[in-house]
Amino acid sequence: MNDRVGPTVSRPYDHHDSRVAASGDRITEPPLDFIGWLRWFWRQLTSMRTALLLLLLLAMAAVPGSLVPQRTADPNGVTQYFADNPDLASALDKVQAFDVYSSVWFSAIYLLLFVSLIGCVIPRTRHHLRALRAKPPKTPARLGRLAGFTTRDAPAGTDAAAAIDSARSLLRFGGYRVALFESGSEVSISAERGFLRESGNLLFHLALIGILIVGGFGSGFGFSGQRVLVEGQTFVNTLLAYDSFKPGRFFDEERLDPYTLALDSFDVEYETLNLKAYGQPVDYTAGVTVAVQGKTARTDEVKVNAPLRVAGTDVFLLGNGYAPTITVRDPKGNIAFTDSVPFLPQDANLTSLGVVKVPDGLAQQLGLTGFFYPTQAKAQSGAYFSSFPDLEYPMLTLNVYAGGLGLDAGVPASVYALNTDKMTQLTGGDTGTKSLELKPGQTQELPNGLGTVTFENADSGATDGDFSGSVLRFASFDVNNDPAQGWVLLFSVLALLGLLTSLFVPRRRIWVKAIRRENGSVCLEYAGLARGDDPALEAAVFTLAKRHNAVLAPTPPSTQTTEPI
Amino acid sequence: MNLNELSILSLYSAMGVYAFSFIAFSIDLARRSSAVDAAQCQAPLVAESHRSTAAGAGGGTTTLTRISARIAYDAATPYSHSASLRVGVSLIVLAWALHLAATVLRGIAANRVPWANMYEFAMMGTLLIVAVFLIVLTRADLRFLGTFVTGLVLILLGVAVLRFYVEVAPLPPALQSVWLVIHVFVASLGTGFFALGFALSTVQLVQFRQESLLTDAMEVRLRFLATLPSAATLENLAYRVNIIGFILWTFTLMAGSIWAERAWGRYWGWDTKEVWTFIIWVVYAGYIHARATRGWRGSRSAWLAIVGFAAVLFNFGVVNVFFKGLHSYSGL
Repeated sequence: MNDRVGPTVSRPYDHHDSRVAASGDRITEPPLDFIGWLRWFWRQLTSMRTALLLLLLLAMAAVPGSLVPQRTADPNGVTQYFADNPDLASALDKVQAFDVYSSVWFSAIYLLLFVSLIGCVIPRTRHHLRALRAKPPKTPARLGRLAGFTTRDAPAGTDAAAAIDSARSLLRFGGYRVALFESGSEVSISAERGFLRESGNLLFHLALIGILIVGGFGSGFGFSGQRVLVEGQTFVNTLLAYDSFKPGRFFDEERLDPYTLALDSFDVEYETLNLKAYGQPVDYTAGVTVAVQGKTARTDEVKVNAPLRVAGTDVFLLGNGYAPTITVRDPKGNIAFTDSVPFLPQDANLTSLGVVKVPDGLAQQLGLTGFFYPTQAKAQSGAYFSSFPDLEYPMLTLNVYAGGLGLDAGVPASVYALNTDKMTQLTGGDTGTKSLELKPGQTQELPNGLGTVTFENADSGATDGDFSGSVLRFASFDVNNDPAQGWVLLFSVLALLGLLTSLFVPRRRIWVKAIRRENGSVCLEYAGLARGDDPALEAAVFTLAKRHNAVLAPTPPSTQTTEPI
Repeated sequence: MNLNELSILSLYSAMGVYAFSFIAFSIDLARRSSAVDAAQCQAPLVAESHRSTAAGAGGGTTTLTRISARIAYDAATPYSHSASLRVGVSLIVLAWALHLAATVLRGIAANRVPWANMYEFAMMGTLLIVAVFLIVLTRADLRFLGTFVTGLVLILLGVAVLRFYVEVAPLPPALQSVWLVIHVFVASLGTGFFALGFALSTVQLVQFRQESLLTDAMEVRLRFLATLPSAATLENLAYRVNIIGFILWTFTLMAGSIWAERAWGRYWGWDTKEVWTFIIWVVYAGYIHARATRGWRGSRSAWLAIVGFAAVLFNFGVVNVFFKGLHSYSGL
């Protein structure tokens, strides 16, 4: 559309609302020097087509990260993938397929996209600020081809200037900016509204840049740490106390407030009435005591969807399970090991897997791997399983290994895994000796006279057959601090507001023209122009024409409506 | 019979009535073809005058103020009176009422919002697709999409009752949040708008091809297309429906982030479901940009809307069920 009115140079050259370049331009383009090439490159980068291409590339580049496990979201999945397909995995790793969202190629796409965006938004903002102060453009000579074109004969005796004046008041009342134009026998008013549409558009894009910057850099000042606590244990918020800790790029240890957090109790509620959902967890509540330095300790609770906000950090409840208390004694009865060991849940009924390492105090180093069944049941094959996640009939089975634990080499080892390379299995498997089976409070002899192992009953005062408190539970907490997330939220809300105004506020121009005829009568013309999607434009022009005529002729008029050409 | 069984009965009844509605709408499409034949005998030049109107999108008249009126005007062969069309609409309204009853009964039976597993997502999502269709019908005459809407809903409900059905279960702790109510509902509502936008974009593409054939004076099939709005009008309608969907999707993304922060301690972690929600958002953002890019308006942007809805269906049907991630609430 070449007859669009007003300057649109600030938009990318291939925006459908921009003027089409004269066809001769291309042919006579002079050879480009270096600056010329840069200009050309910048023009391409900030064009709509490039932005669109980069958006589609971004969508496609995000797909592989959902097909292959990612190190950030699913580190165990990555380890498993390497174990399952070693060749494929190492090839994929070379193209950063396990770190898609921090990979060079993914970053390149979104950074280019944002450069393109900035290159587009800055000139548009400048132009928009200028447009906010500018007068509506001159009325086009012919309104006939514009949207909603309507002509009416003004009531007899109407003065053209007065008619335009009343149209001006109507338009101003409707939130339009107006300018008056006069030429020969014509008086016209040019009106424009909906600058909020472009403001919203710019706000949306600026807010996206804000999210990228704040989210990308701001979170570098935070940290995220994990800690497992057994009922009764206390944790001090210091670097060493975490089981795992991931600092942001700019994290400063000084910022850790050494508050203490004690897990007093961990309560779980299971569904027992609805037989079709029997045993499904309904509620997890971690009862905690928090003591911030210089303040009195307070009791509080952490739930799955209700984190605890304390001293600038957020404490989340992410997982839980059982931590049987196990004691190992030497043949003389001296304690070689005693602790509550978190066993990792393997299924919905909390069949749990755990490891105990006894490096000192016995004739040989000892390793125990065990299964804990909160409600032990026996399958037809003879294998044990857990039939309910609560402590109805708890049972601990242990396989005993003796030999070198491999702890002296100084290599960090997981507390949840036992390296049996240099150990001999003494019970279970092919040894011919049955695995040790223990109920809470029971003690068994270790093979080869190594000593004894006891499964302590945590609730020593319980009556026979009541196991409800016999085993302690553990909870795993995530402690997070992200100083930027409030800002991310703010920019997101701004983006949403910008989006709403940019898509729903109509930006339009309306013209009213009064033409004096030879015979002294006045002909009125109305027309509009949409700037962007504007489904209600025609209706707006018609309504204006109707109301304007009503103002001009308060008594029932004999106006005649003419159909468009 | 308990409330859940009543809900299932009501859902099966709704599916039966949807099927009859589908038949009525199909008969209507067939009748449109014969109506076009009849009209063409009387006025062979209708198509010619129609194209000139469609091209001059700016030319308006004083009488046409409502969108629906414009659509009727825009079609090459005006067509509005049809018994089968009225039957189709009545039946889809009846089926929707039964569908609503099924959803509400499921919610009462479970004593919570009825959208916490795949079966319930499907039931509530299709309810909203039909609801969006019925609401849009009051503003614009899109009854020609009746076969699409009833057909899509029947397929989805069929999959839901056969493959996704699970018994009523209480909410696991991870879902006990007010954000379940907001996030999932808004996502489903957005899906309703995207579904309608998808249908409009598809018809737009077919119509565009038909118009090209007519311009080249080629022989045309699918004669009922002459009773449908022009490709340009369909594109504008699709755009309006899709931008509402896009805004709802933007809100879904934000509400999801807020909930993720409360439940998992981070607002964004590239979980598989998050990835796909992001992909869908970017594709529709691309669609909106394509509409403003010279050379990309029309059919190219329509393809993007179609890709976008395909991604929505993929996100619902495949990512939820087969992909590993934190959003594993399908209940399967």
